[in-house]
Formats: sequence, C-alpha cells, structure tokens
Amino acid sequence: MALSRIEKRFDKLKSENRAGLVTFTTAGDPDLETSLEILKGLPGAGADIIELGMLFSDPMADGPAIQEASIRALKGKMTLSKTLDMVKSFRKVDQDTPIILMGYYNPIYIYGVNHFLEDALSAGIDGLIIVDLPPEEDSELAIPAKKAGMGMIHLSTPTTDNKRLEKILENASGFLYYVTIAGITGTAKPDLTPVKAALDKFRKVSDIPMAVGFGIKTPDDAARFASFADAVVVGSAIVDIIKQNLTEENVANSELTGRVLSFVKELSKGVNRADREN
Amino acid sequence: MPLILDVEKTYREAKSDPAFKQEFDHLLKEFVGRPNPLYYAKRMTEHLGGAKVYFKREELNHTGAHKINNCVGQILLARRMGKTRIIAETGAGQHGVATATVCALFGMPCVVYMGAKDIERQKPNVFRMKLLGAEVVPVTSGSESLKDSMNEAMRDWVSNVKDTFYIIGTAAGPHPYPELVRDFQCVIGDEAREQILEKEGRLPDSLVACVGGGSNAIGLFHPFLDDNVDMVAVEAAGLGVDTDKHAASLTGGSPGVLHGNRTYLLMDDDGQINEAHSISAGLDYPGIGPEHSYLHEIGRVKYVPIDDKEALEAFQLCSKLEGIIPALESAHAIAYVMKMAPDLPKDHIIVMGLSGRGDKDIFTVAEALGEEI
Repeated sequence: MALSRIEKRFDKLKSENRAGLVTFTTAGDPDLETSLEILKGLPGAGADIIELGMLFSDPMADGPAIQEASIRALKGKMTLSKTLDMVKSFRKVDQDTPIILMGYYNPIYIYGVNHFLEDALSAGIDGLIIVDLPPEEDSELAIPAKKAGMGMIHLSTPTTDNKRLEKILENASGFLYYVTIAGITGTAKPDLTPVKAALDKFRKVSDIPMAVGFGIKTPDDAARFASFADAVVVGSAIVDIIKQNLTEENVANSELTGRVLSFVKELSKGVNRADREN
Repeated sequence: MPLILDVEKTYREAKSDPAFKQEFDHLLKEFVGRPNPLYYAKRMTEHLGGAKVYFKREELNHTGAHKINNCVGQILLARRMGKTRIIAETGAGQHGVATATVCALFGMPCVVYMGAKDIERQKPNVFRMKLLGAEVVPVTSGSESLKDSMNEAMRDWVSNVKDTFYIIGTAAGPHPYPELVRDFQCVIGDEAREQILEKEGRLPDSLVACVGGGSNAIGLFHPFLDDNVDMVAVEAAGLGVDTDKHAASLTGGSPGVLHGNRTYLLMDDDGQINEAHSISAGLDYPGIGPEHSYLHEIGRVKYVPIDDKEALEAFQLCSKLEGIIPALESAHAIAYVMKMAPDLPKDHIIVMGLSGRGDKDIFTVAEALGEEI
C-alpha cells in the first residue's frame, strides 16, 4: 500500500531530524472565508500537520477558547459538509500537508459513518480525532475508518497505563496524541518531565509517532516539547489570536489572518530550534 | 476513561457487598425518611371521576425530591473509591441540593455546576446549596442550562481525576451511570409495589411519571417491567412539540450521541444539539436516559408530551385539591393523569410518581400566572 500523507510527513520530519508543528483552528472560525484563508496560509507559515476543528454545540473536552471558537462557527452557520468543502478547496493548492479533523462524534453519526468517510477521504482528509469515542467504541468509527483508509488518531493521557495503551493502539493509526495534562484544552500548563517520562515508556511498546498537546502556548513551550516529541500541537493559543482580532460584532479585522500566520511562524521557529536528542 | 472503568468496577463490588446495601438502606431509612407513603389521592380521584389515583410521595423525602436516593448511593461509592471531593450538575437545583446535603453529611467538599439561567429561576435552591456548604458555580456557556452544566462538570472531572467523584443526577451519561442511578432509584418502585399489594391486594394497572433525563420514572417503572402493568412517561412539551421550544426528546427528537451515551436527542440536521425548553428547569434537557430510549423503541413504555400550560394547571389543581404543592416536573405527570383518569373505570388503579415538592417553583409559577409575590 502507498504511504499515507501522514506517514510521508513523519518520514520527512524524521529525515530532517526535527519535530513537526501541528496547528489547530476551528473550521468556520470566525467565518468561513477567513478560516479558509488561514488554512491556505498555514503550510507556508510552518505548519507541518493541520488539525481542523469540526464545530460542536457541546465541546466537553475543550476549554473556553475553543468552546468560543465553536460557538462563533455555529453562529456563522458552519456545518460538517462546509468543513469538508473547505478542505477540498485547500487541496487545490496543497497536496502534501496532512489534514486531521478533530471533534465530537454526533455530527459524524448524524451524517452517517460510511457516507462521511467516503466524503472526507475524497475531500482530502487524512485522519480523525474524535474525543468522545474511547477505544471501547472502536467498532463505531475507528474500525470502519481503518478499513476505508482513514487515519484514526487516538488520545492517551497521564491516566493511561501500558495495558490501556495497548487497547488504545489496537485500532489507532497515523500518530498517537498524548494529552499532556489531565484536563481540557488550553488551560493548565504541562510539566516537561512527566510528559517525557510517559513518552519514553510508550516508546518501549510502540513505534507509532507521538504528538503532544493541551496547554502548549508559546514558541518557547513548543521548543521544549519539540526536543523529544515527534510533533507538538498548539491550539488554544492560536484561537486566542483569532479572538483578539475580532471587532465588537465578532467580525474579523483586516489584520487577523496575518497575525495568526505570523504567530504560527514563531511557533514553527520554536519547534525547529529545539535541541533534539538522538 | 480509566476513571470511569474504576467507577464500574467499584460499583460491581459494592453491589455484591451486603455491608454496602446495609449502609445504603440504613441511610435511606434514618436520613432520607423512607419508606415514604403511597398515598390515595381521594379528592383528585373524585374530581376526575374515573380511575383510582395513588401518589408515590417522593416529595416527602428529606430535601423534597427523589434525587436524594441516588445521591446517598453515589456518595457511598465515592467513599469506597477513596475520593475526597464531589462535583455535580444541576438543573432545577434539586439534585444540587441533594448532593450538597450528602456532602455535608459526610463532610466532603462539594462543587455544583448550574446554568446561569437556572440560577436565576431557582434562587431558593441556590441559597440552600450555599447553606449546606457547597460552592455553586454558574455556567455561562451554551444555553446556560442543564446540558451545559453537565459539560462543565465533565470538564472539571477530567481535570481533577485523582480526588474527585462526579455524582450524576439522572439516569443518563456514560456507562455505568444510567445503570447505577436506576438501581439506586429502584427503591421507589420496590416500595410502591409492596405498598400497593398491601393496600389493594394487587398490582396497579398503570404507572405514570415525568421524564427529563428519567431517573424517577425508571426507578418507579423498573421493578414492574416484567408485570402486566401499563407505563406512561410524560415528557415536557414546553410551548408545544410542534414548536422549537420543548424538551420532549422521544416525541420530537432522534437518536444521537451525547455525554457518552447513544439516545434520543433534540438536534438539528448537522448533529448540533438544540437548546431544550420547559417551564420546569428539571426537565430542561435535550436528551433522555438510554434505557428510556430502549423502552420507547420496544414499545414497553408510552411516552407522551405535556406542555407548560397543562403543567401549570395541574400544579394549581393538585395544590387546591390535595393540599400538596407539587414540583413543576411532577405537575407534568399529574397533568397526564388528569387527561387519562376520567375515561378509565373506577377499579383502574394508577400509581403516579410525585417526584418532588413545589416550594422551589412558586416564583416561576407566580410569574407565569402574572402575580407578584
């Protein structure tokens, strides 16, 4: 089988001996047009993998920043189909950067799992992170996704032990997303040492690439985690820049896209200057 | 997830431990005041002129509703797991008050998440929780009501897994909650069964209860599921099930996945959850416990809508006829009894779950009736 875009990207990162930068923004935040403009600018600004949030009315695993992004997208009448269309339009200008959709199960369940997988693959989506489907429910989506050739990124947390990890990895593909804190997105600041220890432990049982995320906010944070992780995810801090560049009516000001992308450039520099261990 | 697997493991162990049951029963008797009466509503029966109506008086429990049964059970589980901090969500405030109460009893710190909109319409309960030593945290995300409080409680829980236990108030949420909440609430149906056999020498013909998430209904119904007894669960129809302002998940919703369970939900074509509406804060939830969805699909229980207006009328009628001010939630069940009883023969026995008392609702009702208090 041909290598997936995610596999190719991690191979490339490995050959360059650096960690990847994974950026998160919510599709349709603050509006469809701006969101697409940001999406198209991300690879040029240094995003190695793009995580795109699918809005949900009840984002249980997210902190205030991403909750608000979801509400802005919802108010702008964003939908799952429009999210797929956005990616289709992105693929006209970029064939190489993997795109991962992150969100909750209900919109996919309502769209219809098989129908969704078909449309998402043809739109050029490479993987899914569905935070409210634990491995116990792999038959719902992870197994059909795997069969269809869609990457299924599973989450593990500081409460995951090795036995649990085996279960998590059973139907996982693409990479493992290690949640650095016990908590929700964009809140507590993670400590480096326990995260590194957890990854070291996991690497003894699996060679799947490991991304770390939740609470990583600055280029310096990114640099520190990039010294040992295969990829570093930044979400809420980027979404905060979107929020800071809205008018009182929640409309994007003219600087918004530029500011988001220059922040991503800084994050990318952070990741690339990391002192890699070998 | 490991945490919730622990809850399940602890619950399995507790279920087969006689000491657990003994402590649970003891607290229900001495602290909650069980058994509560199965009361023959004579004037209501005469007024309706048909079936004989009994009320299962959960509103006489300590804290004024059925919610305390479940809270006693769950805090015993929390202790068994060695947890030292309790969180809960609440809609009308009944579950919040019940949780704050058991936390006071066991000297455990308690945080209750409550929608900002609900805090406004349930002030007496907010103050009760504070008196009991709980911290009430207003939830301003989403629709500011019950589902958002549940989101916020889950966010707290995943952030404080080590020491915290989440006491969920209804028979919904991730497994094993629907099952354990049902089991703790089955005391309602178990007692009612014994009491009706004693009073009438036979089982009732019909059971009626209101449903939001559905804990009091499942507690009343479950012990009768294998018997030849009709069951009617009453959903909150708000301004009407043909409007977008109701909370009738089974009458007006479709299957989806939220809060770790697959069940009937109110949502749009894109799978986004809609805001529910009901005059009763306790029924204002856009989903329903998964076991109710099952009982609906197999046709074992009939689910019917009662709107705000009908509930308000029943609230007043019950107060005047029986000297019992019911909770607005329970008034939905009374309203349906008022509809069904007149057409039934006099020897038809209805047992209705009077799930809570209405003191907390007098401000809402006064406002709806245009009166100032």
